[in-house]
Amino acid sequence: MKRIVILGAGTAGTMMANHLRSELKKEEWEIDIIDEREKHYYQPGYLFLPFDMYEPEDIVKTIQEFIPKGVRLLQDKIELIDGANNLVKMRNGDQLHYEILIIATGARIAPEEIEGMKGSEWQKSVFDFYTFEGALALRNKLREWEGGKLVVHITEMPIKCPVAPLEFSFLADSYFKHKNMRDKVEITYVTPLSGAFTKPKATEALDHLMVDKNIKIETDFAIAEVDNENKKIIDYGGKEVPFDLLVTVPTNKGDDLIERSGLGDDLNFIPTNKATLQSQAFKNVFVIGDASNIPASKAGSVAHFEAEILTENILRFINNEPLKEEFDGHANCFIETGNGKALLIDFNYTHEPVEGTFPFPGVGPLRLLKESRMNHMGKLAFRWIYWNVLLKGTHIPFVSANMTEAGKHFN
Amino acid sequence: MEKTIAGRTIAVNEEGYMTNFGEWNKEIGESLAKEAQIDLSQRHWDIIKYIQDEFKKESPLSIRKIGKSGVVDIKEFYALFPNAPLKTATKIAGIPKPASCI
Ligand SMILES: Cc1cc2nc3c(=O)[nH]c(=O)nc-3n(C[C@H](O)[C@H](O)[C@H](O)COP(=O)(O)OP(=O)(O)OC[C@H]3O[C@@H](n4cnc5c(N)ncnc54)[C@H](O)[C@@H]3O)c2cc1C
Repeated sequence: MKRIVILGAGTAGTMMANHLRSELKKEEWEIDIIDEREKHYYQPGYLFLPFDMYEPEDIVKTIQEFIPKGVRLLQDKIELIDGANNLVKMRNGDQLHYEILIIATGARIAPEEIEGMKGSEWQKSVFDFYTFEGALALRNKLREWEGGKLVVHITEMPIKCPVAPLEFSFLADSYFKHKNMRDKVEITYVTPLSGAFTKPKATEALDHLMVDKNIKIETDFAIAEVDNENKKIIDYGGKEVPFDLLVTVPTNKGDDLIERSGLGDDLNFIPTNKATLQSQAFKNVFVIGDASNIPASKAGSVAHFEAEILTENILRFINNEPLKEEFDGHANCFIETGNGKALLIDFNYTHEPVEGTFPFPGVGPLRLLKESRMNHMGKLAFRWIYWNVLLKGTHIPFVSANMTEAGKHFN
Repeated sequence: MEKTIAGRTIAVNEEGYMTNFGEWNKEIGESLAKEAQIDLSQRHWDIIKYIQDEFKKESPLSIRKIGKSGVVDIKEFYALFPNAPLKTATKIAGIPKPASCI
């Protein structure tokens, strides 16, 4: 019996378990998946939890219920990947031999990277919303907060779902409006980038929304420290931004396992072929989702597109065929803009997000780069799709793994 | 687009970044630095050389990476190239503006 081991049973690992179990013969291939957690968190929901738009139970389920029959789920911490000997070592001392390894250990926040970030004000006036605990603590804080200077901040790129902090600012604007206290809150968006987003066309549209919603923006800010005593963030160039409430996205890193195993770059992301998803270190090791260093968005939608192509490449690898160099960096993200509306962007390695219609060229019903209620419904529907379609590895009708250019207004 | 600098014509993009590193030389670097209101010291040149070496190795640049390079720490990098050091330093070094991954 040959064995495929999948590390991490989050979005990407779960999808791969489902895809591969339906493609590979049970008599030939054992599939194991390992995760230290018992629960599967719907991370896009962390954006809505602080604003009381979702309840905790909307976004947490067990890992087990999404793992197909015929796949063995092991609950333990992975200690080490020994790529030279095709072994995975676990905390309980067990080790597993594999023919093929798929790393899907994701990314986590590392507030300890910045001086003072995890200081005396952590979860008092300094919060993150990239973890379940962080989002929940922030919800409780917002419920009773009486206003002041709200600073929404990105520490450094890359981060998961790079539009989430912008969405947070937009949702905060509408949350405080509904609470009739928008005039008591000053919102500032602080970013290490030179504008609201990394892609020019989308930045233009988003900068415009910032002005509309009276959100100030501070660009090119490379944070050096959080000053807990005087409640301000200070950058290396000496710029200071005072806050009453700081909502920060700390540095995102791959799991420490990657560092221990000597497989990562300086942020513990794994050097990976961006078209085939094969790791650069070992031919029989593949990487999917947030754990890789490919220049695509760290998003669930990207993992979904990757999973279709990676499944095909694993089958090719097993049959000794050349890998398909097919992944194009396709990402498709809804951007909540507040007041029941959202934008949609669709892009890849080479094409930036532009205006147009999706998924049917000229028809929609979703509009690219334009605010609409339909897009907002799309974003809310995404949770249902995530739990019921995406994790099971089912293909989403009309949405292809590679980006389509039809129906888009490139100049 | 083209631009004449230090007596030579070079290819640049809309933001003034050189698009052909082969056209770069020290005099051009000095003139680009002058435009950015920076007087180049030996420390500046150490960093420019490091940045160009990384570019030739096709290894992506970030502020974090420069801070860990052993050539300079982030504080000094900011002191030498104020405001947006990576953008200014890459412009002077004649290489493309680092794309921030998203
Ligand atoms: C606030 C927020 C909003 C987002 N919004 C969107 C959105 O709107 N749309 C979208 O497409 N994406 C969104 N995302 C991104 C999306 O959630 C991630 O890209 C996706 O979950 C990545 O999947 P993954 O499998 O790579 O990692 P994860 O789902 O994070 O899974 C990694 C798993 O590996 C396990 N693991 C790691 N290390 C070890 C170890 N050493 N031992 C054992 N187990 C280990 C972890 O326990 C975890 O279960 C958002 C993310 C955040 C934080």
